Amino acid sequence: MRFFKSVFFLLALPVVLIALWWLSAIVNPSFFVPTPGELITTFFTTWFGERFTDDVLPSLGRLALGIIGSVVVGIVLGLLIGSFRTLRQLLEPLLEFFRAIPPPVLLPLLMIIIGVNWRMQVFVIIFGSLWPVLLNTVEGVRATDEVQRDTARSYGLGRAARLRYLILPAAAPQILAGIRQCLSIALILMVISELWYTSSGLGFTIVKFQRDFAIPEMWSGILVLGLIGLLLAVLFRYIERYLLRWYHGLREVQRES
Amino acid sequence: MSLENPTPVLLVDGLRKIYPAPTPQAEAVEAIRNLTFSIPQGQLVCIVGPSGAGKTTLLKCIAGLLPPTSGTLELEGKPITGPPRTMAVVFQEYGRSLYPWMSVQANVELPLKTAGMGKAERRQRTAEALDAVGLGDAGDKYPWQLSGGMQQRVAIARAVAYRPQILLMDEPFAAVDAQTRADLEDLVRKIWKELGVTVLFVTHDIDESVYLGQRVIVLSNRPTVVQDDVAIDLLDERDQLTTRSDPRFVELRHHIYGEIQRAKGNTGDAEQAKTA
Repeated sequence: MRFFKSVFFLLALPVVLIALWWLSAIVNPSFFVPTPGELITTFFTTWFGERFTDDVLPSLGRLALGIIGSVVVGIVLGLLIGSFRTLRQLLEPLLEFFRAIPPPVLLPLLMIIIGVNWRMQVFVIIFGSLWPVLLNTVEGVRATDEVQRDTARSYGLGRAARLRYLILPAAAPQILAGIRQCLSIALILMVISELWYTSSGLGFTIVKFQRDFAIPEMWSGILVLGLIGLLLAVLFRYIERYLLRWYHGLREVQRES
Repeated sequence: MSLENPTPVLLVDGLRKIYPAPTPQAEAVEAIRNLTFSIPQGQLVCIVGPSGAGKTTLLKCIAGLLPPTSGTLELEGKPITGPPRTMAVVFQEYGRSLYPWMSVQANVELPLKTAGMGKAERRQRTAEALDAVGLGDAGDKYPWQLSGGMQQRVAIARAVAYRPQILLMDEPFAAVDAQTRADLEDLVRKIWKELGVTVLFVTHDIDESVYLGQRVIVLSNRPTVVQDDVAIDLLDERDQLTTRSDPRFVELRHHIYGEIQRAKGNTGDAEQAKTA
């Protein structure tokens, strides 16, 4: 019963909206808006074929590299900056400045320096989506509980052991909150980095469809992006639930008392 | 006392701790004025004092977590410069001292693991320690799935598995209910006897200090000095009912209560004025 209820809440609104869309497309057909049926057919014919290997997979590859890069660089730098006070004081103004730069404006610059290739695109993704991971890691490290630290010291845990058994797990809830933000920024930057001077990728293809007046195809590209975003979110939720099962359990206990 | 035990396991001599002012406008806080005492091997000593007497500061200095402003701290004849290898600490805040991301088993095992002990040996020690505190079957649980008293038992098990020479306990039972508290007090006596470990037990509860200790050191108000040092000449076999109704228990309790009352008005400054 609970299962049906949750399925109902999951699907009710989308079904209503699709029905309305379909209805309005029949009553008042527009060149710019395909019907849902048309969109689904176009979706399959457009993206499952050559385009999947030529455009979708390379884009996803760059997105994955960008996300992994941001997460690794963000956590490593965040641990360092969070652990050393002097480093933090030294870097904080600089980091605030870099963080304030909207990543897309780097594109013209990076095209000259790195050239138009996958490395430049991955760099842009990392540069933009690194910050939430980095800043959340710094905060998480700094907020490590004093009694937890004293415990580690009094039982003679060395630096490496403290990092592995205390600081990383203690900061994990904050770090994962940062990664959640990082995912959506990375997806946006993946598309933006493909908009100019390229000849492949999801962003490029969608703009090309629009210029060619291939309207249902353009819509289907947006659908692909939406699905990728959704997939990322679901995947992340799954991983987060697993890694932080202690945290959610603890929170529940605290809420009850 | 020093005749019977010529080599103290712990020596505190002229300990002073001043917390520097956090801002230029604020004043520095002198938490401990001058503390001198020594503890022979195997003794169970309780430290009591009015709240704000610098008990936790003292304990942190002994644990090597806080450098003293001046004075000497020695463990087995060697100066304490950092957390000593042969010392274990049980903190008051069990909820923060146990790591919530680890199972009970992993928490108890962690200090042994990072010290490089083999898996089989540390598993066995952990199991023994958990059995000793009556939590033999809770190893797979997370600490926060247990009650407060049980969590403090886990913290004690962690200390026991570490096999320290000296065990420091900082108001460990301040946050548990009275019944649990009585059980835990008996547990501390039992572990102390079985392991032959030296125990330094900080508390603000006078009854608890008399019931547990062989000796009670009473601290003055801040800035702290030793107000009194009382030998507890009760029977070695203690029992929550008979010991607590023993006339000698009541007498000692009265004496220490009086000292604490005096301590509230007494500070290192007053003490100095008296001797001057």
